[in-house]
Amino acid sequence: MLKQVEGSRAVAEAVAMCRPQVICAYPITPQTHIVEALSAMVKDETLDAEFLNVESEFAAMSVAIGASAAGARAYTATASQGLLYMSEAVWNAAGLGLPIVMTVANRAIGAPINIWNDHSDAMSQRDAGWLQLYAETNQEALDLHIQAFRIAEELSVPVMVCMDGFLLTHASERVDLPAPSQVDAFLPRYEPRQVLDPDEPVSIGAMVGPEAFTEVRYLAYAQMRQALDVIGAAAADFSTQFGRDSGGLVRPYRTGDAEIVVVALGSVLGTVKDAVDELRADGTRVGVLGINTYRPFPADAVREALGGARHVVVLERALAPGSGGIVTADIRAALDPQPRRISTVIAGLGGRAVTRKSLRALLAKAGELEPLTFLDLDTGLVDRELARMRAARRSGPSPENMLRDLGITASRIG
Amino acid sequence: MPYQRIKFYQTGSLAVGNRLLAEDQRSVQSTAGRSNALTCGHRACQGCGEALGARYALDAVHRATGGKMIAVNATGCLEVFSTPFPQTSWQIAWLHSLFGNAPAVASGVAAALKAMGRTDIRVVGQGGDGGTVDIGFACLSGMFERNDDVLYICYDNQAYMNTGVQRSGATPPAARTATTQAVGREPGNRFGQGKNVPLIAMAHEIPYVATATVADLRDLEYKATRAMDFHGARYLHILVPCPLGWGSAPADTIKVARLATESGLFPVFEAETGEVTSSTPIRRRVPVTDYLRIQARYAHLFRPRERTEVIARIQAAADRNIARFGLMPADIPAERTGPPAPAPVTSPSGAGLEGR
Amino acid sequence: MFQVRFHGRGGQGVVTAAELLASAAFSEGRHAQAFPSFGSERMGAPVMSFCRIDDQPIRTHEPVTEPDALIIQDPTLLHQAELFAGLGRDGYMLVNSTKGFAELGLGDFAKDFHQDRLLVVPASSLALTHLGRPLPGAALLGGFAALTWAVSLDSVLAAINDKFSGPVADGNAEAARAAFGFVRDEREALIREAQIREELSDA
Repeated sequence: MLKQVEGSRAVAEAVAMCRPQVICAYPITPQTHIVEALSAMVKDETLDAEFLNVESEFAAMSVAIGASAAGARAYTATASQGLLYMSEAVWNAAGLGLPIVMTVANRAIGAPINIWNDHSDAMSQRDAGWLQLYAETNQEALDLHIQAFRIAEELSVPVMVCMDGFLLTHASERVDLPAPSQVDAFLPRYEPRQVLDPDEPVSIGAMVGPEAFTEVRYLAYAQMRQALDVIGAAAADFSTQFGRDSGGLVRPYRTGDAEIVVVALGSVLGTVKDAVDELRADGTRVGVLGINTYRPFPADAVREALGGARHVVVLERALAPGSGGIVTADIRAALDPQPRRISTVIAGLGGRAVTRKSLRALLAKAGELEPLTFLDLDTGLVDRELARMRAARRSGPSPENMLRDLGITASRIG
Repeated sequence: MPYQRIKFYQTGSLAVGNRLLAEDQRSVQSTAGRSNALTCGHRACQGCGEALGARYALDAVHRATGGKMIAVNATGCLEVFSTPFPQTSWQIAWLHSLFGNAPAVASGVAAALKAMGRTDIRVVGQGGDGGTVDIGFACLSGMFERNDDVLYICYDNQAYMNTGVQRSGATPPAARTATTQAVGREPGNRFGQGKNVPLIAMAHEIPYVATATVADLRDLEYKATRAMDFHGARYLHILVPCPLGWGSAPADTIKVARLATESGLFPVFEAETGEVTSSTPIRRRVPVTDYLRIQARYAHLFRPRERTEVIARIQAAADRNIARFGLMPADIPAERTGPPAPAPVTSPSGAGLEGR
Repeated sequence: MFQVRFHGRGGQGVVTAAELLASAAFSEGRHAQAFPSFGSERMGAPVMSFCRIDDQPIRTHEPVTEPDALIIQDPTLLHQAELFAGLGRDGYMLVNSTKGFAELGLGDFAKDFHQDRLLVVPASSLALTHLGRPLPGAALLGGFAALTWAVSLDSVLAAINDKFSGPVADGNAEAARAAFGFVRDEREALIREAQIREELSDA
């Protein structure tokens, strides 16, 4: 059924249709609307589940771990600082093989504190052993949650559904919400591979020493390889049953004969496509490759989609300060041993808008791109702070100096 | 001709159940059909108080629940020595997640059971003092605040033993640990405010809070059983001496625990919704030095010189506990030199005094 | 694509107004996207929201930098130059005010635009009258419909009744209708004036 709703609301309704049994949540911008909607549904009994208001994100993931181990379908949501705070438990959940589904409403990590969208939070957990699925639109965000529970439970691996904070969570868009019966047909009951059962007691969470740790971890790696197939199959089934393409591994757009391909994750893909269409109209052979599944990294699919493109521009929504791009490294490894020219463009950190205009300008001069570029960087602002730091030892906190320099008192347009 | 003194195991004494008692009065551990929830083969140290306490507590819960129980364990000694991969000593459904989240994980298990309509299965969360008093404290308080249906058991050996005897928030003043060494002007742990988790649990006004030690195992079984009469958040704090960390003889574990209670340093009591409902009186009061002297972690209080001022402060804390919890009923002299007169039993650890 | 940018202060319903507009477009079977500016929204702080309407799916998620229409819910914001950033010569502007553009000090500014596309509507007073509270969003949307015909009045009313219920829905709907009429009349008057001036200059 078509509805015009806020992304968070759409996700909440989709999650509710997946019949979670335990929902635990700690509030953090910009995920709050999702868990608020779910709590209302539980309270007025439209959703039959246990809803726990927990005392921290660490507690949230821990409650989900206990619930999942006891055989219940468990769900939580977080972002940014919250994801970091629960990081120990995030790794624990994957190591224990518990099919928890979590929404990450992508938000920058501080300091400096920043509530706006980028991918640093999810990227910080890319090796935790969770699947990471990225939504391009609110439609895909709600669809991915439905797929996520099925994928997670089939593999006994937890799944993170990433949707851009504010840009998707707080945007009202037209979505097609499935009927509960459709979701029930797609998502069977949870049958745990391991469960805490007094009648058949097992010990879950033993210490494993050097004699077996490598093998246990290898199994996790093997499951990730298997996940590539399971994700593909789930997306194909979804397409058949719901009548639209959502999820999967990658989504190419006008890459067929492209010389330059932009690679990106999440909602920025929409803006990139607009820029690509304009450039194509001007005769530039450019395309865009959306990475829908980031973990496991779909190396084969990426290599195939990038085909004969001689220049790959990786548009990154997060930064590895010690090395530059993050997704770039995965792309480079996937293309090996057929390296191409790869340019990393760090864009949209901390919620700075990535505009069609900037992208057009950037790609029009793709030939001159440095290996690493920061899109729309205010070099003057940076240089002035560097000068202040050279001039005095006690130059003060850099972020505050730069804000004062900009005379920022209110948000600006774009 | 010298005569042999024969010890009479009287009911109402500290004996671990015996054939003179009625069946329903016998301890869980003395029954052949005990569950051995924590069975033999674990790797605990000789004389480990925690292994002893856990076995008693969990078998009591197992009997009280007809075996329908799930245990969630924090990282720590108990978890490590009971599950050396690929073996496990647990004969119950058991989950270990992290160090600081056992209360939250237990809350999750309880929520799942409720969601699945299986509230007949009861949940126990357990951990050492580190995982309870320090790193797990926020989760514990959250569990209390929500009144989640979990019995949380803290096995308190007063330091981070598993990692090599480092100081925790439960480490008593003046005690030596690897991070509060017996050196310098103020050897051993500093005098802080302490963190009385049983009192904090009472401040949450949860249905049932109790303390116990491995010196009175019948009492411990009783309290674990009693806790299962309630629903909602419950807290059991058990003093479990650690021979390694405390520097006491492995054979002295129970004796050390008894001296902790008889000196007044560790009050034994029960509380419901924030009010103390019973306290175990001290049978034969001892000065704190009796307790301190047999633990190497306090050796620096006696050698090279006796630190009378520190000992006095510890004694004052014991005196405060005795006053606060009413551990010395007025008709019992503070000191005695002979065998104890029969004391009125106010804690239901026995059926009363019946001479045979 | 038709792009609208709303300006107001926190607490004035700027976000709701954008969502209502999107809802109105949705009811006409069109694609619409509405989102706030995500600043630190304290009561009284300047805030923005955006709405895009199109017949094709809307892919982009960047802020509206080249609005086709501006809706100013709070005239005390008019001194901020960035308010008008990106508005093209053919753009529309609807200001919540009882004063005209010249009185608001925007006479010179207005010269570069179509005179019948820069209008004011006393949305707060209309809201106060019909709703009992000076929340101008619904009224502004009614005025917007009359100004731009990007959505119909009926769609605006449908959106209001979808979001609100009871007296709040009725009050908002009345305010919207009143504003629609006000702006429609204002536009027609301006158009007639312009025609007369043209005829006079031709003559």
